[in-house]
Amino acid sequence: MSGKPKKDRPARSAADKAAFKRELTEVVPHLRAFARGLCGRADMADDLVQEALLKAWAAQDRFEPGTSMRAWTFVILRNVYLTDMRRNRFRGEYDEGVAERILTAPAGQEEPIHLSDLHRALLTLPAERREALLLVGAGGFSYEEAAEICGCAVGTIKSRVGRARATIASMIEEGKVPERTLEDPSAHRAILQELDEVAAGNGVTEPNR
Amino acid sequence: MSNQEKTSGAAKAAATAAKEKAVQAVPKPDWADGLKQFYDSVVDEPLPDELAQLLARFDEDEA
Repeated sequence: MSGKPKKDRPARSAADKAAFKRELTEVVPHLRAFARGLCGRADMADDLVQEALLKAWAAQDRFEPGTSMRAWTFVILRNVYLTDMRRNRFRGEYDEGVAERILTAPAGQEEPIHLSDLHRALLTLPAERREALLLVGAGGFSYEEAAEICGCAVGTIKSRVGRARATIASMIEEGKVPERTLEDPSAHRAILQELDEVAAGNGVTEPNR
Repeated sequence: MSNQEKTSGAAKAAATAAKEKAVQAVPKPDWADGLKQFYDSVVDEPLPDELAQLLARFDEDEA
């Protein structure tokens, strides 16, 4: 599926190639984490990572040594994700594999908040807000780096992160975290609609590079 | 939550204002750390075989 990289640049040294492979290997766990946050199922997420790795490997001549491998591969991963979602529609079932770890147990509230609740809440967000929050709030990227990865303005990322946090906060505070399977048809519709807009290039989020 | 509160326009307006404020202030709520925990928990997982095999194939490619 992936063509051979064009050889129209000066040949990279063996050291460059070795460094690329090493750095690529190092970011794989991060790619898995980003992908898991983007889509609800671990197996789907790893499929995305596999596809992104193949593309990254095929495009390795385009990687500038010394720049962030994590940022470079995240751009590829999100493009794979957006393309895949557009092609296959939303296949979001929630994966039970997420640790049932208790995040917070607020006083006076009968149900503590679990990591899996947070993940489900995350999955209900529009893709553009979800990725922004994942990059900044989970991946530890700066707003500037996240903006670079998503191909948008820094202010846009800030606003997406802020809105994503506000939405999750209100879901948690109001006890409206969705049930284990995302069966709510209106949520599905909203996600599909949003993906269509993104795919058509009308969304604020669009494949970058 | 009482229905009166829920349907009151004033309460809605207040909620909207609070949300807008939250957007601007970008607070770090107590669950925020959970996102990092979630991410890190996946980072710490062992690499699945398929991905390890893919990386190994890249090495053969190189040789």
